[in-house]
Amino acid sequence: MQLPNTHRIWAMFIARNHEFFRDKATFGWNFLFPFLLIIGLGMVFNGKEYQQFKVGVFPVTTESVTVAETTLPIAFQQENQIVFIPIADQKTGEEKLSLHKIDLLVDGQSSTHTYWINDSSPNGSLAEKILLASFLPTGTAAEKQVISGRQIRYIDWLFPGILAMNMMFASLWGVGYIVVRYRKNGALKRLKATPLTPFEYLTAQMLSRIFHLMFTLIVVWFGVDLVFKFQMQGSYLLTLFIFFLGGLNLCSIGLILAARGTSEEFTSGVLNFISIPMMMLSEVWFSLEGAPKWVISLSQIFPLTHLLKAARSVMNEGATFGDVQWECLILLLTTLLFLLIASRIFSWNE
Amino acid sequence: MPLTNQSLLEIQHLRRLFKDTVAVKDVSFSVAKGICFGLLGPNGAGKTTTIEIIEDIIPPTSGTVLYKGKPRSASFREEVGIQFQHTSLFDFLSVEETLLSFHKLFARPVDIEALIARCELGSLRKRRSTNLSGGQLQRLMLALALINNPELIFLDEPSTGLDPQSRRNLWNIVDNIKEEGKTIILTTHSMEEAQHLCDEIAIMDQGMIIAEGTPNELIRTYCRTSTLTLPVETLASRPIAAEIEWTPHEDRAVIHTDSIDRTIEQLTARNISLTGLSIHNPTLEDVFLHLTGRTLRD
Repeated sequence: MQLPNTHRIWAMFIARNHEFFRDKATFGWNFLFPFLLIIGLGMVFNGKEYQQFKVGVFPVTTESVTVAETTLPIAFQQENQIVFIPIADQKTGEEKLSLHKIDLLVDGQSSTHTYWINDSSPNGSLAEKILLASFLPTGTAAEKQVISGRQIRYIDWLFPGILAMNMMFASLWGVGYIVVRYRKNGALKRLKATPLTPFEYLTAQMLSRIFHLMFTLIVVWFGVDLVFKFQMQGSYLLTLFIFFLGGLNLCSIGLILAARGTSEEFTSGVLNFISIPMMMLSEVWFSLEGAPKWVISLSQIFPLTHLLKAARSVMNEGATFGDVQWECLILLLTTLLFLLIASRIFSWNE
Repeated sequence: MPLTNQSLLEIQHLRRLFKDTVAVKDVSFSVAKGICFGLLGPNGAGKTTTIEIIEDIIPPTSGTVLYKGKPRSASFREEVGIQFQHTSLFDFLSVEETLLSFHKLFARPVDIEALIARCELGSLRKRRSTNLSGGQLQRLMLALALINNPELIFLDEPSTGLDPQSRRNLWNIVDNIKEEGKTIILTTHSMEEAQHLCDEIAIMDQGMIIAEGTPNELIRTYCRTSTLTLPVETLASRPIAAEIEWTPHEDRAVIHTDSIDRTIEQLTARNISLTGLSIHNPTLEDVFLHLTGRTLRD
């Protein structure tokens, strides 16, 4: 077997970098997309809350509910997790309840504290419990304690997920799509007429993409950190190393998908087929704690799961390399495996 | 440069199927070192498939390609230069950057500046390859084919779509390459180009080679007759001229002959005026049409 030639890998690496940095539209979007996503989500969650219950109150014809003018219990009025929605009348409220637009409907003028819930709404059941608990006399509730020390905001937990998700899309599309386009327009055929080997070409593509990904990651991180002051419990260097391994792994998956494809449309469909379940099941947006066991087992096949587990352990919990070594090893070994598979099945021609 | 009989390439019984279509049926020929070998044929004759098999871009269904008497090895790519008929380059890279990128892919590349000068790309070095005209792009593609100082160069329809000036310019560059003793395999639709550049020619049709030889050999073999024409009244008014075979065509009398000298002697011996005489010698195009027919190909 011919040993890889670093001069040829370097030549392709430089050529691809020139293309990436000169394609201003793609280049700009790579920064703008994660930045806007994090800023947007930060504003939605205000950096602290991610679960609020919507309680409709009728009859209220004004734009907001003045809870002090209702018959609702004081404790319920003061509950932080409740958002009060003004409702004109009972009929309108019942419609909204049936459509899950609100979690609970209460008569704000009723001396008997009449309320309505939708039996199929889990949030409605929880909101009902909050309402009923507010009728208990003070001192009869369970003893409350607040955890001491550091508390992770939802945005702190979400941030690694957004970075990893952006990395996933940029890796899969940035590598897969480009290679398929070059095969289709004959650029790969031109390269086949040189001593360049598939392994060298694919390695150069992967290294070039990881270079862009890490560059983007650092710029976006620095930018959004100015706004949100993310908590970092562990090592920045270790976190970057984990993202580096994760990026390589995701790029190598993109290379497998691009190894033979000739249709950009078909490749796009396959990329969606892989990326959407990976995004949903790798805890980008929510924890799988309490999910069925088979779902948790399934999530382990996705590299994004291991990337995020390791990154969150370091960023949110202060884990060391020893704590995340298995995740790193899995990412590294599967990267090599995917790259070898891609080189093996790669075709220069249409 | 004197021609040698040493074969650089031996092509033996090449066959290539694409699903149910036979693109190349049974092609065999050899190419001597230092010549320009032309592969001619109408559209769909199998020229590009044949040349891409020889280039090792696509595999044959069966058959053998020997380079310097042996099957092609890993070093084949270092020793050949290819200009494809249809290909693309990297987006967003200038002419100079494109050349430098390919320069690093070879073990023994030529000097970039000399290559730029030879292919007349000096004024275009900073221009992106996507912004080049047809002729400029072909010169860049030719430069890429020459970047590794190849012994064997494949040019697949290099002048298609070029204006006459660009075509002449390209021919000059190819002439210079020939003078260095390099071997060239050229496919073309242009008979003028083939006649100008090629030392030997193979004509392909329907996946097979139907004729092979030097341009003059092909003409002598397949289109021996020259055509003389005179104003029709010159012969029609002279009964003695009945001894000469001729046919009227519009206002001209057409005489087909194997020997122009002998026919002219016959005419002058009968005191037939040669005023208005025109002579058409057979060309490669006549050979091509004779062998492949005049039916339109897709």
